[in-house]
Amino acid sequence: MKEIKTPLYSKHLELSASMVSFADYRMPMQYSSIFNEAKAVRNSAGLFDVSHMGEIEVTGSDATEFINSLVTYDISSLKDFQAKYTVMLNEKGGIIDDILVYNLPGRYFIVVNASNREKDFNWISGHKSGNVEVQDVSKEIFQIALQGPLSEKIIKRVVKSSPSDLEFYHAKEEKIENGKVLLSRTGYTGEDGFEIYGESSEAEKIWDRIMKEGNPYGLSPCGLGARDLLRLEMGYCLYGNDITAETTPLEASLSWVVSLDKENFIGKEVLLKQKKEGIKRKLVGILVPGKRIPRHGYKILTKGEKIGTITSGNYSPNVGSSIAMGYISKPYDKEGTKVEIEIRNTFTEGETIKLPFWKRGTIKKKSVEKKDD
Amino acid sequence: MEIKIPKDLLYTEDHEWARKENGEITEGITDFAQSELQDIVFIELPEVGQEVVQGDSIATIEAVKTVTDLYAAVSGEIVKVNKELEKKPELINKDPYDTGWIVKIKVSDPAELETLLAPSEYKKVIQEE
Repeated sequence: MKEIKTPLYSKHLELSASMVSFADYRMPMQYSSIFNEAKAVRNSAGLFDVSHMGEIEVTGSDATEFINSLVTYDISSLKDFQAKYTVMLNEKGGIIDDILVYNLPGRYFIVVNASNREKDFNWISGHKSGNVEVQDVSKEIFQIALQGPLSEKIIKRVVKSSPSDLEFYHAKEEKIENGKVLLSRTGYTGEDGFEIYGESSEAEKIWDRIMKEGNPYGLSPCGLGARDLLRLEMGYCLYGNDITAETTPLEASLSWVVSLDKENFIGKEVLLKQKKEGIKRKLVGILVPGKRIPRHGYKILTKGEKIGTITSGNYSPNVGSSIAMGYISKPYDKEGTKVEIEIRNTFTEGETIKLPFWKRGTIKKKSVEKKDD
Repeated sequence: MEIKIPKDLLYTEDHEWARKENGEITEGITDFAQSELQDIVFIELPEVGQEVVQGDSIATIEAVKTVTDLYAAVSGEIVKVNKELEKKPELINKDPYDTGWIVKIKVSDPAELETLLAPSEYKKVIQEE
């Protein structure tokens, strides 16, 4: 199978990135070191090529109602240029994908995971109702993410008007090097930052300009390795690991993206039933002191009895400990529960803790919805 | 990035290197292995004095991407381990052939050294991966 190269592929080679295959794409895993890149994002700023992410556009007079029938959050509340993180469910309440929905003038712009792009497009197209058009525009669009406490200082140097008043989870149209972009104050790292969407043909000059302006601020190119570590430090879910078609948003501690009072959406019946009966397991954060890494699929036990499974794990130099997420049966999901993780036939102690692991992130907290579960 | 394969060392198909000195070998993982593993966070070292057989797992290397074993390049007695790695496992990433060495083994059967790969042979191994 032929792998897809992003519009920034040659930039990664120039920067001597170690390249890996990820969801049909050839992507940079790291440029210097995953840990150094993750530290740069926590302390100054990092630039990620995330052009592998898919983009689907929905237009037409019935677009709002149509999307609302497919996602758990009530997107009719979104103002122009506002974005929302939400999930799309199958009839069993299992998660098809976690997505970002932007309400842009005349269209909805949906950002999906690379590994789910085709599945999502088929699902959305297959449920079309009313006057709607669905288009996969992934190939024409690049996406880069500028993340870290110094992101605003850097972006100010490349766009026309100051983005200081751009609120978290809001976007605006901008120009960088004369290329039209959508500048969005969003990210997957827990730090302040921006995600930038534009036409693929303009990706390189925009990347170069941001790298150049960011240089005095210690901006570092960052690969997928750092991205995965940073998101785990925040307790953000990775599709395929922490959330799948077999997990519901209530189990995944994502009830904050579910509007159960919304009229109807696929999977709602199952969630209502699950809420009434109570969930049997929950996705939680587990701090595992030391450097042994609990990995996907490892068993979680208490007093010798299996109570769950690790879904993501890594060593975090920012936290100074190994960290993990996993599904744990009730009532052991409670904060402060002592657990053991089976790592290569020996048991390492851990404790369930309140997420995030990294508590000093600089995301603009004033407009962040509170997790209420 | 150019993968380094020093000419004066012997290699295994599992990406270990061995340096012969006075009836002992010093062993570590190759530049190729460390670049595949990426950031190494932790290593479980064997006990000094332990008798090992060629191919035994003698240490566990925990890296961001995966966890891997270090196999004994030859049979013999572990005579020294690089304690510095307990504090600075990243030495394996930075300097796999020198300060990132892992164990020293007193060779019990010198004939086993003949089973190890020459640099040119090891180069072929990594070209096939």
